[in-house]
Amino acid sequence: MAKFTLQFRMEYCKGCELCVASCPKHILAIGDEIGAKGYRTVTATDMELCIGCRSCALMCPDNVIEIYTEGD
Amino acid sequence: MTDKVLMKGNEAFAETAIRAGCGYYFGYPITPQSEIPEYMARELDRRGGAFLQAESELGAVNMAYGAGAAGGSVFISSSSPGIALMQEGLSFLCCAGVPATVLNVSRCGPGIGGIQPGQADYFQATRGGGNGDYHVFVFAPDRLQEAVDLIYEAPLIADRYRNPVMILADGMLGQMMEPIVLPEQRPLIKPADIPAYKPWTVTGKADRGGKRNVVQSLYMQPEDLSRHVEEMYANYTRAEKELARYEADGLEGAEIVFVAFGTTARLCRETIELLGDRGVKAGLIRPVSLWPFPYRAFDEVGPDTKAVVSVELSMGQMMEDVKIGVNGRKPVRLIHRVGGLVPTSVEVMDEAIAILEGI
Amino acid sequence: MKPIFTITEGMLPVSTSYCPGCTHGISHRIVMECLDEAGKLGEAIGVAPIGCSVVSHQFMNVDMLESAHGRAPAVATGIRRVHPDKVIFTYQGDGDLASIGMSEIIHAANRGETFTTFFINNAIYGMTGGQMAPTTLVGQKSTTSPDGRDPGAVGMPMRMSELIASLDGAVYVERVALDTPAHVRQAKKAVAAALEIQEKRLGFTFVEFLSTCPTNWGLTPANALKFVEEKLIPYYPLGVFKTPERKEEAV
Repeated sequence: MAKFTLQFRMEYCKGCELCVASCPKHILAIGDEIGAKGYRTVTATDMELCIGCRSCALMCPDNVIEIYTEGD
Repeated sequence: MTDKVLMKGNEAFAETAIRAGCGYYFGYPITPQSEIPEYMARELDRRGGAFLQAESELGAVNMAYGAGAAGGSVFISSSSPGIALMQEGLSFLCCAGVPATVLNVSRCGPGIGGIQPGQADYFQATRGGGNGDYHVFVFAPDRLQEAVDLIYEAPLIADRYRNPVMILADGMLGQMMEPIVLPEQRPLIKPADIPAYKPWTVTGKADRGGKRNVVQSLYMQPEDLSRHVEEMYANYTRAEKELARYEADGLEGAEIVFVAFGTTARLCRETIELLGDRGVKAGLIRPVSLWPFPYRAFDEVGPDTKAVVSVELSMGQMMEDVKIGVNGRKPVRLIHRVGGLVPTSVEVMDEAIAILEGI
Repeated sequence: MKPIFTITEGMLPVSTSYCPGCTHGISHRIVMECLDEAGKLGEAIGVAPIGCSVVSHQFMNVDMLESAHGRAPAVATGIRRVHPDKVIFTYQGDGDLASIGMSEIIHAANRGETFTTFFINNAIYGMTGGQMAPTTLVGQKSTTSPDGRDPGAVGMPMRMSELIASLDGAVYVERVALDTPAHVRQAKKAVAAALEIQEKRLGFTFVEFLSTCPTNWGLTPANALKFVEEKLIPYYPLGVFKTPERKEEAV
């Protein structure tokens, strides 16, 4: 079970790859899914490796990424 | 309060603006109106308002835009070339629906021109020197008391229509002294009262329970801009009905009818007396509002009138509106001086007689 | 599930009009996060410039107004006279602030106006299609410097933070960059510091963001970040140029 969950607000994703470039674990990629804006959108390849560093969310210019962790 | 005081025009204008409740003044020195920022510097802050000498007229008009959009009652003043610099802001104020009171103590041009009185800003004031479809409401007093009354009324008109109001006073009015009755001090609006009084202003959305306000003049969709401009013009159509003002004297049986605004109207009154002594009956139409122009005044011109004569300190700018008003029913002629020259009443009489003889 | 990063309510739930990878979105979010965290979204009044971010009021969830090109500091000056108690900011690009609006920004800073200016420096005119800005680097190509900026003809790129910091009225001046997560974190600290100092009404506060324009630079968004690191930062050094405590150390 992954420790962190990324919630993508795909309707805003423009596939710019700034999150992809900033992820230290290289677990983000642009997938085949076409979003509402007509761009290929981001996807996470292996959430088990996510360390919850927030780099992707900090660099996302389009408010796509929200991050949650287990527990409350 | 009925203070009857003898004041210099520019100082009377400034004092009246404060009494009208204009708590915010942004100005830049320019002859012949520099007494206004000087007066505001002495008076406005200690009476609860704010004075600021701007870095330029561009700065001043944009400070007025910000203060006005934030709900303040603003007053700005300048003279012809300075008003030219403010045109960018006036177009913005009109499109964004931000009220302001603007005073042009005009001089003569074009270019740097001269610092003597002139009326060659008529087109600039009434046709709009900025970009796009808009109008500033323009009133032209011919004496200090009327200037005081108009400046006092201007913020009310500006607020009612959410549009700038300009008082076009030539340099002569700014520099002359006349006894006047100053109006009562209207209260300056407090920041806390703005949201209730002007709910469209930007004051922070917490004032509206989180409902956001945006003051804007950009409309990227043609349909949206079209709708907005049509709405502005519905407002202007209302203003044309409600704000067009003039004085008409002695039109009945007049052989010649002068049309003049501001200080040239004073001159024409003297000329009318001189002509009367010579047995020539003359009348006067004095537009008080230049936009909206009181075209209906010309319906009062009677069958005895042989010529309608626009008397102007310009090359004949208002004459275009006079022609629209006369609508081909009478010959329209021009008596004018430019460059800061002002004709005497005798000179106007001589030219008027020559016009009548030539028809 | 516990949130560790959520989108501030300061950003309206709409898609921005900015190109993919344009860092306007990051600076928008940072400013709104800081206002949100200070509980000031309801007290804020923002002034939008002319440029790509003329429509920033469609994305920032605060009261805003549009201003004419370069005039935002004059507009904010007017607002401050009416509302001594609100949070006021301008958000301006390099053409708007450093070219056509040079007079307004310098005089507002010199007066010590108590609003905050967020200056987006991406070394180019974005909205009009990639023309040379006052901040375009030497040799950098643009549609109006097709052979690269020639300082002999148009002078050197202007360092606005250093210029502003030299004025007594400016009390907080910092240049940050949006090219890495670490720099974005620092940028947010700068915004928070500037807004905090605004609250004290000590003087003019200014944060310059080295930002990107992938479209008009002709680079991918990721390579545009590298351009910030390799080209912009060496000419436009990051750091704090002025604080209320260190006024005398101004550049």
